[in-house]
Amino acid sequence: MGRTLAEKVWEQHVVRRADGEPDLLYIDLHLIHEVTSPQAFDGLRMAGRKVRRPDLTIATEDHNVPTVLGPISDPVSRTQVETLRKNAAEFGIRLHPMGDAGQGVVHIIGPQFGLTQPGMTIVCGDSHTSTHGAFGGIAFGIGTSEVEHVLATQTLPAYRPKTMAIEVKGELPVGVTAKDLILAIIAKIGTGGGQGYIVEYRGEAIRKLSMEGRMTVCNMSIEAGARAGMIAPDETTFAYLKGRPHAPSGDAWDAAVEYWKSLRTDDDAVFDKVVEIDASTLTPFVTWGTNPGQGAPLGSAVPSPEEFADPIERSAAERALEYMGLTAGTPLNEIPVDTVFVGSCTNGRLEDLRAAADILRGRKVVTRTLIVPGSMQVKKAAEEEGLDQVFKDAGAEWREAGCSMCLGMNPDTLKPGERSASTSNRNFEGRQGKGGRTHLVSPQVAAATAVTGKLTAPAALA
Amino acid sequence: MDAFTTHTGRAVPLRRSNVDTDQIIPAVWLKQVSRTGFEKGLFSAWREDPSFILNNPAYQGASILLSGPDFGTGSSREHAVWALQQYGFRVVIAARFGDIFRNNSTKMGLLPVILPAEVVERLQAAAEADPTVEITVDLAEREVRLGSESWSFEIDDYTRWRLMEGLDDIGLTLRHADDVAVYENGRQPWLPTTV
Ligand code: SF4
Repeated sequence: MGRTLAEKVWEQHVVRRADGEPDLLYIDLHLIHEVTSPQAFDGLRMAGRKVRRPDLTIATEDHNVPTVLGPISDPVSRTQVETLRKNAAEFGIRLHPMGDAGQGVVHIIGPQFGLTQPGMTIVCGDSHTSTHGAFGGIAFGIGTSEVEHVLATQTLPAYRPKTMAIEVKGELPVGVTAKDLILAIIAKIGTGGGQGYIVEYRGEAIRKLSMEGRMTVCNMSIEAGARAGMIAPDETTFAYLKGRPHAPSGDAWDAAVEYWKSLRTDDDAVFDKVVEIDASTLTPFVTWGTNPGQGAPLGSAVPSPEEFADPIERSAAERALEYMGLTAGTPLNEIPVDTVFVGSCTNGRLEDLRAAADILRGRKVVTRTLIVPGSMQVKKAAEEEGLDQVFKDAGAEWREAGCSMCLGMNPDTLKPGERSASTSNRNFEGRQGKGGRTHLVSPQVAAATAVTGKLTAPAALA
Repeated sequence: MDAFTTHTGRAVPLRRSNVDTDQIIPAVWLKQVSRTGFEKGLFSAWREDPSFILNNPAYQGASILLSGPDFGTGSSREHAVWALQQYGFRVVIAARFGDIFRNNSTKMGLLPVILPAEVVERLQAAAEADPTVEITVDLAEREVRLGSESWSFEIDDYTRWRLMEGLDDIGLTLRHADDVAVYENGRQPWLPTTV
């Protein structure tokens, strides 16, 4: 019987297999940031252990960094960033600190350097590591104990998750994006739908996505509960990688591409579960609640809790509406918004900024609007194209790279009761600041919303 | 890691689903570089509500958390596990858990127990009716007991053994350092390094 892509990549990385034990899996790349690593390095020091492969490890500063120039004013945040610097120096790990040309959100810089390649195993103490699966590897988030484990051994003991195919049939209509697609998928299968699975996204609509779009989709696999998400590599993948600083070159490139082409699910392989979704029927999609599964087409209304047959979902919806300050039946496109955030590892890449700029060009924003490039390189590229000027002319704020308003850990936060349209990935209570209310949207919807002050589809702009 | 064999204690019924790790411990608490002091951050936003269940004095000292489905979804922050443990929890029982949270828990010796939603509901009702009622979670027997009732739960043999022995994963893996070295020699030559 044939094998799925996930099985092929997994098998390639099994260091040791024994009955009744998890596989010991080799890790090709370990990404580090300041939040989930300090206790892991402490653990190493206490046990007198070294980092086995500093040359397969890379660190960046992202979660705590302010996105305006200047030092970190919060002393606790500053200590955390300084701790990463000390640890990186002590253990010999390459670090891209604030201000460095290579700095950025951890899941943006891996692909940007060409470090993220097909068929690799990639981990990071961060759940959105699933982003890297867009290149056809197995990439997943781990906790601090596992970070320490990978630092010490470059391996992880793990059971292979089950496999799920999400078959996206048809083509995305014009104006419907990768973000709308993944939000619709999560609403369909639920926040627990992917638990215990590696998801492979397949089908025509996926093949047509750019690498940026594929990263957006894989990024939010975790919001569907999945351990990882992946997409088989193809010419789009190879074209993205070619010439990047850490991509192979010369003969090595040819050898790599030949191997990468074998990284696809065999025709006779069987997935543990298959979900189908028709892309051609999708429209811009937004969330109305406090978990990423609580979403609906922007053209619809806030649902009524009574619509949910399951009592647990019903009470979750009731609670969500209360927290969000929303009334059932309100058209989603009449919900007023205070702040718009374009950025994060979901939608902080150049293509996302271009999409937002296309809508803001020649228009004015009426909300506080933060445009935050996912990395310093994205920032530079955007400025070379003049996108920064488009944003500034529209009245939006053009910031330095970082996680920014994706999570309430740095100075970019919502105030209690404030409502945002955000291109990030989590609408949890308080995620963007205590009491803040988040609607997850695509960069296009975010930009159109900034123009009208209400959740708005770009097609609705005059 | 503390070994876990069996535990008997009082339980807190948390009647919420999708208890993501941002609720278990909000991001502002993650700035610490130490491993201690996270109990203050446990459910810190929800605890501001005087009617939140953890503020009910009847449940002080409880060591088992009974949650709705999808507990520990979202962010990979192990701080969520530290916060629960440092607050005094030894076990969380729910119908479904976020995968990363469950992994993190078993690395730290906090036992995540999966039981059907009806059973969790039964346990929650019992703890609501009488906050002093005690529940036993027996890892050796893979069983949860309440009075004369009992329910078995699944956990793989390896994780159970590791928890019962209180073993450190890194120490276990380092016994296979030779296998790792052999594997490393056979890796594809084009794979990237960060240097
Ligand atoms: S941008 Fe948001 S989701 Fe991505 S790594 Fe940063 S905080 Fe996490």
